[in-house]
Amino acid sequence: MKVTRLLPLALSSIRRNAGRSALTMLGVVIGVASVVVMVAIGEGAKAEIQARIDALGTNMVVITPGASSRGGVSGGAGSFNRLTVDDARRIEAEAQGVAAASPVVMTMATVVGGTGNWRAPIQGVDASYQEIRAWSVVSGRFFTSDEVRTFRKVCLLGATVAKNVFPDQDPVGQQIRLRDVPFEVIGVLAAKGQTAEGRDQDDVILAPSATVQTRLAGRQFIGQILVSAASEGDVAPLMVESRQILREQHRLAQWDPDDFEIRDQRQIAEAAQGTTEVMTTLLGAIASVSLLVGGIGIMNIMLVSVTERTREIGIRRALGARRADVLAQFLVEAVALSGLGGLVGGALGVLVAEAVSQATGWAVVVRPEVVALAVGFSGFVGVFFGWYPAQRAAKLDVIDALRHA
Amino acid sequence: MAEAVIELVGVTRSYHAGESVVQALRGVSLRVERGEMVAILGPSGSGKSTLMNLLGCLDRPDGGELRLNGQAVQTLDDDALADVRNRDLGFVFQGFNLLARTSALDNVLLPLLYDRTGRVPDPAARAARMLTRVGLGDRLDHEPQQLSGGQQQRVAVARALVNAPSLVLADEPTGNLDSHTTMDILGLFQELNDEGTTLVIVTHEDEVAACCKRAITLRDGQIVEDRPVEQRRVRA
Repeated sequence: MKVTRLLPLALSSIRRNAGRSALTMLGVVIGVASVVVMVAIGEGAKAEIQARIDALGTNMVVITPGASSRGGVSGGAGSFNRLTVDDARRIEAEAQGVAAASPVVMTMATVVGGTGNWRAPIQGVDASYQEIRAWSVVSGRFFTSDEVRTFRKVCLLGATVAKNVFPDQDPVGQQIRLRDVPFEVIGVLAAKGQTAEGRDQDDVILAPSATVQTRLAGRQFIGQILVSAASEGDVAPLMVESRQILREQHRLAQWDPDDFEIRDQRQIAEAAQGTTEVMTTLLGAIASVSLLVGGIGIMNIMLVSVTERTREIGIRRALGARRADVLAQFLVEAVALSGLGGLVGGALGVLVAEAVSQATGWAVVVRPEVVALAVGFSGFVGVFFGWYPAQRAAKLDVIDALRHA
Repeated sequence: MAEAVIELVGVTRSYHAGESVVQALRGVSLRVERGEMVAILGPSGSGKSTLMNLLGCLDRPDGGELRLNGQAVQTLDDDALADVRNRDLGFVFQGFNLLARTSALDNVLLPLLYDRTGRVPDPAARAARMLTRVGLGDRLDHEPQQLSGGQQQRVAVARALVNAPSLVLADEPTGNLDSHTTMDILGLFQELNDEGTTLVIVTHEDEVAACCKRAITLRDGQIVEDRPVEQRRVRA
């Protein structure tokens, strides 16, 4: 039989049993639609997480104090802090591929002013900190390098601090006191939300590094150095070079271990992306199960159909159909059933994904290749589950089939 | 000697029915020439159906030789047998065996659907011509359930003829028809035979046999009688 005749034959057979065919297809329709919707939701979550990672700061490298190990006893991370503001300045000046570097001088202080007290972490940073962390200012302005150099007592409030200390007014231009030192609020930072560990990034006060170090912290050593690379490709060499500079700065001998730690955001980003990747795969896999169940439905109906049409098979064989012709006929019918179901399911999935996004406000990303893959997979389901019934049809004995009531 | 369409030499066929073995055919030898119209008679269990299945290439003999148009078919594989059925044989069954919910035209087209030789350039036109030949030219689009028994059997006859077979096999073709329609179909068979079609009709009705030119009687898997018939013409 000519291949071109198979599809019309299958379609006319499907039409002849329109109601039953529709119900059979329903399984595949739901299967494909759920794959499309689930993956769209997973992809949406991924896109959202990517956006949040971008908000952390681009191409950022974080340097923190390392562990001391004097006399064989490790004091744990940060136990031997020798990071200095000079370290940060040297990295910014000398390292290849560096865009900016900022020391972060860390301390805690109670904010007095506005409506009352609020205990918050204070971070003394350079002007470049804003760029490194890609942190915009919603009101007022960031401080300048000059203000850092001249020990100006200005500060910016994180969104949480601003909300608690100045609930009903714009804090910009207000005075606050930190450990009895008066600071002028010159800006309010945009809300960044929580970190992956649940720390509120907005519960912070930023002030010039020099000011915080001399007036509040009173220590030579600093909590962190943030460095940003000029581009993503510069991150790795920048990490290597920062390490060399720091070892030199700290006069470490060849055999001494590092007394600092260098990490980049990409590692965190990759971990987060990995998690959503797993989630998307998981959602898709669960939805695929329903597609398989739909395939089993097709197999059932095809088996019933083969039994019902035993006589038809006998007639066709008697009139000259080879076994392969019968096999092809039933296989194409199964594939047509599931393929049609797949097309309907794909369209339905796109609509439902859109509706879910509208109803819940979740980010939903429908990728055409995912829809195509799901629809294509439904065709494969047809071949897989159509094979057994088609095989049964082809194996029927002609004489027995002709005698079948 | 005229050309032989069917040649059987010592054909045997047995079936296993549980423990016992049923000898359906015990050495049947038979020769049917082109243009003959042969009735195969016999009580049930005589081996008629088995012989019919063998002639129709639906089954293979256990022993002996079976030749159709000079070609030995007992050694052919399934696909080759299917091709022989498609090319050389036309079937008319007792139960008509038309596809339900399928137009008369599509039913008649069925054998040509499986034609691998491409010898019919315009299958649809040929199928329509065959239906016209059997007097159903105005019912091409009718489905079997819209047709009478006689009409359905005519569709089946048209289907049997559509591939221009060298042999038409009819298995109890009038078994489901009343006597008037029976005569109608037999008249059609006689016309086809007059045009040169070779026919073998399995029947248990003597009046059907009376319309043929030769009658072969089977009993217990053997030919017990083979006689020429004074053909009764159905139509003038």
